Amino acid sequence: MRRAITATLFFVLLLALWEGLVRAGVWSKVLVPSPLKVLTYFQTSLADGTLLAASWVTLKRLLLGYLAGVVLGVPLGMACARWKSCQDTVGVLALGLQTLPSVCWAPLALLWFGQNEWAIFFITFMGSLWSISLAVEAGVRNVPPIYTRAARTMGSGGLHTWVFVMLPASLPFVVSGMKQGWAFAWRSLMSAEIYVTILTGLGLGHLLHYGRELHAMEQVIAIMLLIIGIGLAVDRTLFLPWERFMHKRWGLTG
Amino acid sequence: MTLLEPARRVEGQTPAEQRPKLSIQSVSKRFRTARNQEVHALDRVSLDVNEGEFVCLVGPSGCGKSTLLNLIAGLDRPDAGAILADSNPVEGPGPDRMVMFQESALFPWLDVMDNVLFGLKCKRNLPKSARRDVAMHFLRLVGLEKFVHSSVHELSGGMKQRVALARALAPNPRVLLMDEPFAALDAMTREQLYGDLQAIWTARRKTIVFVTHNVREAVCLGDRVVLFSPHPGRIREQYRVDLPRPRDINDVALAEQATAITRALRAHAEAKEVA
Repeated sequence: MRRAITATLFFVLLLALWEGLVRAGVWSKVLVPSPLKVLTYFQTSLADGTLLAASWVTLKRLLLGYLAGVVLGVPLGMACARWKSCQDTVGVLALGLQTLPSVCWAPLALLWFGQNEWAIFFITFMGSLWSISLAVEAGVRNVPPIYTRAARTMGSGGLHTWVFVMLPASLPFVVSGMKQGWAFAWRSLMSAEIYVTILTGLGLGHLLHYGRELHAMEQVIAIMLLIIGIGLAVDRTLFLPWERFMHKRWGLTG
Repeated sequence: MTLLEPARRVEGQTPAEQRPKLSIQSVSKRFRTARNQEVHALDRVSLDVNEGEFVCLVGPSGCGKSTLLNLIAGLDRPDAGAILADSNPVEGPGPDRMVMFQESALFPWLDVMDNVLFGLKCKRNLPKSARRDVAMHFLRLVGLEKFVHSSVHELSGGMKQRVALARALAPNPRVLLMDEPFAALDAMTREQLYGDLQAIWTARRKTIVFVTHNVREAVCLGDRVVLFSPHPGRIREQYRVDLPRPRDINDVALAEQATAITRALRAHAEAKEVA
């Protein structure tokens, strides 16, 4: 309770400071709108459906790109942990591409796929795939060998050991890898939407971009806040249950 | 306590009518350390273990006793020699030979019940409905029926090893292999577990091979104590322990026998140094 009050007080003060500075005329009102103006933008664009439509378009792209990253990244990471030859080839490639900011794929994606959903999908997918794969690989590698030895003496082997021992044993790493992959996908998608003007749907990144072009700073700030909000909400719904489970079972704090 | 003569050992343990439960025949094993030094872990070791016998393998670290246990478990293969379980050569790990490790090796993502169920699920001939009853039976046997739904990290070291014991016993293995299972526990918990293990063994007469570096522990638990010496790992001496059960580790007669064996162990080490 005490912590909740402290947090609320902090954000109220922050807002008050923002409003105060705007009223004092420290910056041009075109560059820094007042919080009230941002709130008004939220109200009107929620009412006319712009925000919901854009959020929906963005979330759909995000989920598609991210899911593809998970579906391919998890087995890829496991294969790299299992076979030395895979680690020496695909593993090295993953390590290299992981360092490449995914927006760097944008020029290529545009020329390959054109200004459409595929280009966006590709950039998001490339953004999340490698970090997920690397995290899973590290996770499987960190499974204490005693678990597999114990499982083998109980008559488990082959695929059974992978599904019922390796995968759950590496769960803490896999979840943190998925979380990291999610963060990368989210960043990649925003870069892609700001960078790639496409005609098949207006996402949050596009709204941000047009806000700049129209000098509508209240729109820019509102969209930024919304992006933060969505990020937090997803963290809560997608990852918190897993983290709770691990906290309960493993006794991990995280 | 009787020192078993090599000749008597060979005759006495392989009568035609009673085949040994485990037969280790002239097994050798070498491996390389991280620094690329070759370790001769076992040098032509032969040993027979009878049905229902509790055999303790004792020796200083590096004498190959844990290596031998891993070979019996099928987790490693010998370089030479053969290992027979029920007259069948050991080709790999199998649920007829369960292992209990020094660390409990319980799976942290499963609760206590599911940990015990893991081995039972690997047994195909057991109907689903019976598994839970069997698991519950063994958890009750080790006194943990109230912790069925606890997470592994909530248990103390001693409780973890009890769960590991229940997990190892539940699939009804023909042989139980124990690799210093109590070494990481405090003295009080350990003494309690000596009592529990003896009670379970007396009731079920499971064949047990128990590895330890603690001579007193070996005398307290075993029917037979097999003394190993290192570099290369060889069997030096075997002792039959005839003390009545249940045995108390603090018992005077037990301590005397342990001292005699420890003396023999030291004599071997010194003889080696002189040579």
